[in-house]
Amino acid sequence: MDKQSLLDLLRHDARESVDDIARQLGADAEAVAAALEELEEDGVIRGYQAVVDWNNVDEEHVRAQVEVDVELDRETGYEEIARRIARFPEVATLRLVSGDYDFFIEVEGASMHAVSNFVSERIAPIPEVTKTVTHFVMDSYKEEGIELGDGDDDDRLSVSP
Amino acid sequence: MTLGDQLSDRVKQVPPSGIRKFFELAEEVDDVISLGVGEPDFSAPWAARTAAIDSLERGKTSYTSNRGMRELREAISERVTRYGQEYDPEDEIIVTTGASEAVDLAFRAFVDPGDVVAIPQPSYISYTPGAIFAGGEPLPVPTRAEDEFTLTPEALEAAGADEADVLVLCYPNNPTGAVMSDDELADVASFVRDHDLVVLSDEIYSDLRYEDDHASIATHPGMRERTIVFNGFSKAYAMTGLRLGYAMGPAGAIDAMNKVHQYAMLSAPTTAQYAALEALRSCDDSVDEMRREYDRRRRFVLARFEEMGLDCFEAKGAFYVFPEAPDGDDEAFAEGLLEEQNVALVPGSVFGEGGEGHLRVSYATGMRELREAMDRIEAYVSD
Repeated sequence: MDKQSLLDLLRHDARESVDDIARQLGADAEAVAAALEELEEDGVIRGYQAVVDWNNVDEEHVRAQVEVDVELDRETGYEEIARRIARFPEVATLRLVSGDYDFFIEVEGASMHAVSNFVSERIAPIPEVTKTVTHFVMDSYKEEGIELGDGDDDDRLSVSP
Repeated sequence: MTLGDQLSDRVKQVPPSGIRKFFELAEEVDDVISLGVGEPDFSAPWAARTAAIDSLERGKTSYTSNRGMRELREAISERVTRYGQEYDPEDEIIVTTGASEAVDLAFRAFVDPGDVVAIPQPSYISYTPGAIFAGGEPLPVPTRAEDEFTLTPEALEAAGADEADVLVLCYPNNPTGAVMSDDELADVASFVRDHDLVVLSDEIYSDLRYEDDHASIATHPGMRERTIVFNGFSKAYAMTGLRLGYAMGPAGAIDAMNKVHQYAMLSAPTTAQYAALEALRSCDDSVDEMRREYDRRRRFVLARFEEMGLDCFEAKGAFYVFPEAPDGDDEAFAEGLLEEQNVALVPGSVFGEGGEGHLRVSYATGMRELREAMDRIEAYVSD
């Protein structure tokens, strides 16, 4: 079982059935199921989630990208700070990045107020955090490789030589 | 006088295309899922599109040399070495408005009135009319499902192709998805040499071969001097609308084709030539990615047909599979499927002798539609 092809397929559409995946890879369903289980057990696949276009959801949903600077000391490393931040359910994404700041956080909340409160009351007070910059997401055009919008119509002739 | 009466016999002799009829039927159906499309569902690679835009911004809107931009011919010459083909960019390659134009040029360059043009069928629908427009007499050479629609010396013999002047070849094949191995081509090459035929080898799907590498008859002993090879950018690079192809062959033959081309076309579209040059230089990855995607769909479709009991040989090229119509009547099946399940495909008989009783199913369509289409075909078949 070529695991890279399996991952390619799932990254494209994680709801494909094991049978359909097997058909496309020319493998049998048992082999696909076993490979999937292995990928999950090995921690390669950490979950399967819906890609939501929040523009089309009635309830308000606010997201912000937060840049966080930290100052390390002898006892505290990035890992330790990250573990603390990751624990908050409001934090959807947390990455250590190169460049002008240390952590990139994506925060989700029900309102701008909730998100800014979270940053000022939960993130900023962490002793090692020296600075935060919050960018509220105003619109989104592409998520997880999927373009949001109406999509292009297939303008090919329906039957051609 | 009515102008209709003045039409040339050659034009009147050619019946309307059967594809056209199905197109019109499909256009009347709402929410149709079409597996009847003979072109990629991808767009041209971004780098190729950018190169076209850039050439326009730089004002590159004049004619090019009749044979196409020198740089492009050099890039083509370099590219085809991967198929074992060697052609001099100076005088053995001509860039044309789609491979279709190149095929037409070759008919006009090689066919005299009454010359017999052997056309293995089922085949792409342009060869027979092309041969007729050039004054030739098309000779259908039926290929068989038992041979997985490859061409055999026996089939050529049976059809009387030993008397032919020209043989048209198209592998990987539209509409069957068949490919031919080097060994199989060697047998055909031997027949061709024995009976002194000219071969027009349409290799437009050369990059869409899923189980092995492309093989060209032109690379067989004694074949280069009697073969014109056609290729282009429409299929592998998803550039159908840019209309760019090329022909390769011995200098004398390309000279003759260029003679027709310079009066009829002058030069292939300049913007498309810039796109093609960039495609050759930097778009291998896109081609590979598209090929992988087609291959997954191919396996999927073949597996579904097998599961629903639709007999289908394992097509290994282009983006078509060619299953048998369950009760043998391909037209009735295609029309019924369209009417009852809103799925369009093309009955095999449209593609000539040997195609009847089969269906051309194109998988140049996204997985979501393909899955839905397979469900609908299954429902129709089991009904």
